Amino acid sequence: MHALALLAASVTIIGAIMVITRKVAVHAVLYLVVTLLALAALLVMLGASFAAMLEIIIYAGAIMVLFVFVIMMLNLGQSDSAREKEWLRPRAWLGPGILAAIVCAELLYCISPFSGSLPTIPPITAHDVGLSLFGRYVLMVELVSFLLLSGLISAFHIGRNWMEDR
Amino acid sequence: MTYSALLTIILTPLVLLGLATVLTWVERRLLGLWQDRYGPNRVGPGGMFQAVADGTKILFKQDWIPPFADRGVFVLAPAIGMMTVLLSFAVIPLPMHAGIASDMNVGLLFILGMMGLGVYAVVLAGWSSNSKFALLGGMRAAAQMISYEVFMGLSLMGVVMMAGSFSLQDIVAAQAGLWFIIPQCLGFGVFMLAGIAETHRLPFDLPEGENELGAGFHTEYSGMKFGMFFIAEYAGIILVSSLVTTLYLGGWRGPLLPPAVWFLLKTGGMVAFFILLRASLPRPRYDQLMALGWKVLLPLSLLNVMATGTILMLRASL
Repeated sequence: MHALALLAASVTIIGAIMVITRKVAVHAVLYLVVTLLALAALLVMLGASFAAMLEIIIYAGAIMVLFVFVIMMLNLGQSDSAREKEWLRPRAWLGPGILAAIVCAELLYCISPFSGSLPTIPPITAHDVGLSLFGRYVLMVELVSFLLLSGLISAFHIGRNWMEDR
Repeated sequence: MTYSALLTIILTPLVLLGLATVLTWVERRLLGLWQDRYGPNRVGPGGMFQAVADGTKILFKQDWIPPFADRGVFVLAPAIGMMTVLLSFAVIPLPMHAGIASDMNVGLLFILGMMGLGVYAVVLAGWSSNSKFALLGGMRAAAQMISYEVFMGLSLMGVVMMAGSFSLQDIVAAQAGLWFIIPQCLGFGVFMLAGIAETHRLPFDLPEGENELGAGFHTEYSGMKFGMFFIAEYAGIILVSSLVTTLYLGGWRGPLLPPAVWFLLKTGGMVAFFILLRASLPRPRYDQLMALGWKVLLPLSLLNVMATGTILMLRASL
């Protein structure tokens, strides 16, 4: 179990690094999908299989497809890959690299009492998720729904055909 | 892990691939029957070996990757399509507990997730081919399948609410008294339409649309890579048919006959219905398809969820 979790975790990290370093946008999105799937595998091992399935359906299955859709609409070509290459010069890595190293060190320090085996957590069911969404976190759910609604309205406003109205 | 479980895991893809191959012949014969012509009837008894002949021919074709294509993604796309469909079968409850993981507590969500990943096969095939027809087909597929996934998930919620579980085993168990097709007839209709759109079969095969897009997303594919898309489509039909059987027609339950026969009968009937739809209905325009989805199916599936919830609440409070 421990080895499997480490394997999934390393796939996640390697996938995330590949996302940043790819020059073709669709390849980056594909690596992001792999990262999300590995993350879902980790969630299953931690007993949160419901959250893992939502991760696959919503992030890997829907949002990433929309990314690919937008990339196809924009019709990126050779010049875009060249520009991407320009952005990936070693000097550009310096600032983010230092910041990421600090966060990584902090994280390692916090989880340093790393025990040999994964703690056994009772599985989280859809029932538990529903209860906490509409009980403890109901305010958050309402706020997020406001945000989504405003996004929907602005998309409708932008996408409206003004010429037809006149 | 017991030997019988391992055997099931090895046998399931083999049997499915065989069934999907035979289904290509069955479909052509049935289409012939319904359109008052013969269909393939020369190879073997009643043309039964036509599928074998086609398979052999397609294996010996030159496997050509166009020089302008994105090589890696081009090869990956058909494999994704095949894999996601085959993985979905793992959670379908078969009679006599022969399924691989049919008691998985999030089985239905697993299938929805795999269907969501299946979109990549079509979209990436369209993008990596680097040609206009394929790109247009891929874009249509992305919009169509993402939209219909929404209604598919929502229409299934009625079944989940009535069974009180995402596990397909529990859903079959909950249909001991009454098949869900009767209380959930609205959800069943929406699910059927969404299922046709997800497998991009006629009348909703706009990603391929041969009269306007050549062959749509797989225009540039040849040889066995095309064959893989083809077989994955037929395996998808079997998947949606067995899902309808499991969710709405009581799974392997039925009087008198043994469970395996009931499961095969129901699934076979649904497959035949899919083929009948292809034989009889014309293809709608793309905007009509999207309008039907968002303006009719979405409100209907929301209404279904609301009505089911209300009735269940009222019944619980009585």
